[in-house]
Amino acid sequence: MKSIYGFVHVREKLMRGLFLACALFSVVALATITVFLLANGLPFIAEIGLGEFFGTRWAPLSDTPAYGILSMLVASLYVTALSVLIGVGIGLLTAICLYKFCPRWLVSPIRQMVNLLSGIPSVIFGLFGMTVIVPFIRDYISPSGVGYGILSSALVLGIMILPTIVSVSLDAMQAVPGSYFEGALALGSTREQATFRVMLPAAKSGILAGVVLAVGRAIGETMAVIMVVGNSPEMPVSLFQSVRTLTANIALGATEMKGDPERALIATGVVLFVFTLLLNTSFSLLKRDKTEKDDRKSRRKGKNSTPVAPAKPGSAKEAQS
Amino acid sequence: MNISVRNCNLWYGDFQALKNINMDISNREVTAFIGPSGCGKSTFLKILNRMNDLVDGCRITGSFHIGGVDIFDKSTDVNLLRKKVGMVFQKPNPFPMSIYDNIAFAPRTFGVRKKAELDRIVEDSLRRASIWDEVKDRLKKSALGMSGGQQQRLCIARALAANPDILLMDEPTSALDPISTGKIEALMSELKQELTIVIVTHNMQQATRIADKTAFFYLGELIEYDTTEKLFSCPTDRRTENYITGRFG
Ligand SMILES: Nc1ncnc2c1ncn2[C@@H]1O[C@H](COP(=O)(O)OP(=O)(O)O)[C@@H](O)[C@H]1O
Ligand SMILES: [Mg+2]
Repeated sequence: MKSIYGFVHVREKLMRGLFLACALFSVVALATITVFLLANGLPFIAEIGLGEFFGTRWAPLSDTPAYGILSMLVASLYVTALSVLIGVGIGLLTAICLYKFCPRWLVSPIRQMVNLLSGIPSVIFGLFGMTVIVPFIRDYISPSGVGYGILSSALVLGIMILPTIVSVSLDAMQAVPGSYFEGALALGSTREQATFRVMLPAAKSGILAGVVLAVGRAIGETMAVIMVVGNSPEMPVSLFQSVRTLTANIALGATEMKGDPERALIATGVVLFVFTLLLNTSFSLLKRDKTEKDDRKSRRKGKNSTPVAPAKPGSAKEAQS
Repeated sequence: MNISVRNCNLWYGDFQALKNINMDISNREVTAFIGPSGCGKSTFLKILNRMNDLVDGCRITGSFHIGGVDIFDKSTDVNLLRKKVGMVFQKPNPFPMSIYDNIAFAPRTFGVRKKAELDRIVEDSLRRASIWDEVKDRLKKSALGMSGGQQQRLCIARALAANPDILLMDEPTSALDPISTGKIEALMSELKQELTIVIVTHNMQQATRIADKTAFFYLGELIEYDTTEKLFSCPTDRRTENYITGRFG
């Protein structure tokens, strides 16, 4: 008997070590990536100076090389902002429609299709943008006759982030107690008034968390953007003009550049990394703010309080991939 | 406002929850509905402000008049009906916004925009619900920070702000402590000077304390409906007697 106990004991110890190792793995990975980025990127930025690094001329392979990423930074921000505007606009209305305003039997199929959308590889979005959206904008909308650019990218990205917005907002709204909705109706509100004046504000922080996730996805998306943004490293002055985002810049140069140009790309990565860090921090702050509020509430009201609109961890993972 | 119900039948899908109910409820009285759980009290109450419209598969027959108006008529605006027939729920459900915004909700819904007028309605409603003194210094604070009893009185004030003629209350004190319950009962006696109150209650003492008339429901039927005094002192139906003497329910 004793030997069996010993065996069980050893096995348990082994398993626990394995679990710990696995858990540490992602920590190590994160640390390595961070160190790699900072160790290679920061010295380079220091070498050429902030002024040059945030300059507007990007010509790493010219005889008088310049490594200014400002125009790409601005392009990234433009593309992201516009795509989030489009995605949040359409996505929020979709979620509201699914919440109370479409026939019950339609909710599940629409939701599943929206989820399917999130499973499509980004290169396919890029392909679609290249062959449908870009020509359409070129032929019917663009005043300059250029289809590539900020508008095309924002449309493609807007579609890509729809699933995140829809599912997170819908979850957030459905987590709001139905008694609020009933209460509003019982006071004579229409369904629209009840939704917009009570349910939506109550789901606000959950929805906001979804928007932050979407921003993260939009700013980090690479493949689809490369295929529709045009990729000229120029300062954006129009929606219809070939520009280049930070992600595209890195991906385009990564395979062929060596030496200083390569370090310039890593430095670009540092900037992107900082953005992601900021977004993630604000996401956790939003979530923590929420949970704390709920905690305080449930402590006061006893055990049967319903948490309002938690952001689904599942959606978080999906949106950051 | 008088309420008049004739031949009321209600089905949830195939299940008949109310069976041929006839009832007249008079103005400026408190009417209590009693009966064992699941006998249809809430269901009947919710017909009166048409909250059953929200329930899928709910089918209603019969005729229902409030102040002489057919509440299921095509020309009846259900939102106006709900404004006129306020409702207080079992579990207090203040909105997650400030106390002020909770009370101002109905007036705003019906187009009151002027700050001065909203202020007046908010104060007036809170006073009528005798909670003004407790909250007047924290009108901008979240309503969720109040105690359960205060929340329920806030919900009453919120309903009063819509200026209803009738107030429906579905077990409004069942989640509250005795002191809060006492406050709400006192409030009801005040309010019945100006409006008709219909209250569902599990608590027979409560019915005898506050109700002018009492209706006993059993398995979807209205068994007995009379003045509270008569119903509790000499019930005519055996089932009523069994229930009020505590033999079932
Ligand atoms: N939304 C609903 N769908 C189906 N059945 C319901 C619904 N609401 C209530 N019922 C049923 O109708 C009957 C009466 O319910 P209710 O009016 O809530 O009873 P009470 O308020 O007297 O306890 C119960 O048997 C209940 O199960
Ligand atoms: Mg009930």
